[in-house]
Formats: sequence, C-alpha cells, structure tokens
Amino acid sequence: MAARVALVTGGSRGIGRAVAERLAADGCRVAVNFHTRSDAADEVVAGIRSRGGEAFAVGGDVGDGGAVTAMFAAVEAALGPVEILVNNAGITADDLLLRMKPEAWEAVIRTNLDSVYHCTRTALRAMVKSRWGRVVNVASVAGISGNAGQANYAAAKAGVIGFTRSIAKEVGSRGITVNAVAPGFVETDMTDALGTSVRDVVVPSIAVGRFGTPQEIAAAVGYLASDDAAYVTGQVLVVDGGLSF
Amino acid sequence: MDRATVEAKMTDLLVDELGLDRDKIKMSAKFEEDLEVDSLGVVELLMALEDTFGVAIPDEEAEAIATVGQAVDVVMQKLAG
Repeated sequence: MAARVALVTGGSRGIGRAVAERLAADGCRVAVNFHTRSDAADEVVAGIRSRGGEAFAVGGDVGDGGAVTAMFAAVEAALGPVEILVNNAGITADDLLLRMKPEAWEAVIRTNLDSVYHCTRTALRAMVKSRWGRVVNVASVAGISGNAGQANYAAAKAGVIGFTRSIAKEVGSRGITVNAVAPGFVETDMTDALGTSVRDVVVPSIAVGRFGTPQEIAAAVGYLASDDAAYVTGQVLVVDGGLSF
Repeated sequence: MDRATVEAKMTDLLVDELGLDRDKIKMSAKFEEDLEVDSLGVVELLMALEDTFGVAIPDEEAEAIATVGQAVDVVMQKLAG
C-alpha cells in the first residue's frame, strides 16, 4: 500500500506533534500545520525526516476558510491529496462565564470548531472521490462532562462531537470514517498553564493517578486512522486515564 | 460542445464516478428513483460536472435537477454562457 498522506492541524506542539510523529512512524507522509510557531513545526519535520520519514510544514490559520483552501492546495502540491485529516488545532481562553468577554468566546469557537468545518469540508472532496478517508477530531472530556471556567472550550468540543457523528453518517458509505478522540488531562503547554494547586486537586480523581502523555493520545488517533479501524465510525474514544467514567 | 457530446460525457461520468450501469442510463432516468443515486451521489456528480465542463452550478439550480437530461440541460445552458 502506498504511504497515506496525512494532515495534522496544530501539529507543531503538544498532542498534534505526537500525532504527526506517530502517523509518520506508521508510514504516513505527514503535513504538519502550524499557525504561529514555524520554528516548532520545522523541528517536528526535521525529527520525522531524521528517522527516515516524509514530512512537510505548512502554515495557516485553520479558523480562516481562505487560509484553509490555500493550505490544502499547498499540501496537495507537495504530497498529494489528503487521505487522513486530524483536526487537532485548539486554543483555550478560560474564564467564568460571567466574566467571559465575547472575544474569548469567539476566538475559541473559531479555532476549535470553525476550523473543523473548514478543514473537513475541504478534505472530503478528494476523500469522496477516492472512496477512502479518515477524519479524526481531537475533542476533549470537557466536551462531554463540561468544565467550570471552560464554557467556550467545552461548547466547541461538544460541537466537534456532534459534527463527528453527523459527518460519519453522511460519508460512511464512501469508505470514509469520522471519529473523535476525547483526551482528559495531558502533559502539554495547555495544561502546564494550570497551577500546581489545580493539578493537586485533579490527579486524585484520575483512576490511573497521573496526567496522560501526548503519545498516549496519538496512539488512539493512530488506530482510528488505520485500515484496522475501517468498521469504527461516529465514535468518541475517551482517553483520560479513567477520569470521567 | 454539442448536446450529443455533453450527453456522452455525462454518461461516462455516471459510470466512472458513481459506478452506475451504462445500460440503465437514459436521459429520462431520475437520479434518485431510477438510478438509486443517494443525495451525496448527486453532490458528487455536480462536483464532477463542474470539474469536467468547467462550469459553476449554483445550489438553487442544482436542486432542480432530477433527471439525467435535466443535468445535461443545465450544463448546455452554462456552456452557452
């Protein structure tokens, strides 16, 4: 089988970086999207290449439809049509709702949810034509259970889950699966921003007793992106160390 | 491009892109009822028509297309400019 072409949005850091590295290790040719951190994306690409893989860094604000169109054109020119799309790019702008500014609401919805619309819609055209595709959306347990201080983030992630299930129904007959992974607390820059007091409160409620690693999330994404997962679609795979069951 | 050419290309697209049986394709055939093309299949066909003929088919005109012949009509209109 020819090496699949994968695009990972927000692939320069955290979970996205681990997903890009995992898919490359699984034999994919990987486009690593970044928004602001081109140096970090270049580092991910260099690492993949040093291990004999094929990768390519592509900039673009995934909340902007025009930028997404340009990004897909660049990936297609460099690697070919996208066969595996991982919608990972995300931000937080936490606050209690009574204090949440409209800008904090809009920015989080735009980057975490609008991006999934723009990228999936663009990617599906080639996937439908080729009768094969994988879309894996990185959601969050916050989108299932809710989280005080994260109404914007939780709403966006719940939106991603509803989107996942709807598109799974639309394109299932064309050999395309659409799934989500819902991580709990994972060791990334995003959770580093949490103070040690938050961490001390959270860890005892995690059955496994620790935060997860980005590689543990990437393993779930790698499975859903594989041929082995052809009969799994519309699912939300919770990878949270037993935080939420 | 004359109508016969558009009809021939349309038939090829339906066979190649949607996997339809060439013998069943008639200009009077309805996509959903006679050819069992689902709603996504109709969208796929429209995308293929746009790519093949270099025309743009607006959503409101696309919704009115029920038969193969009507799809040919729309393409002919667009090609005539």
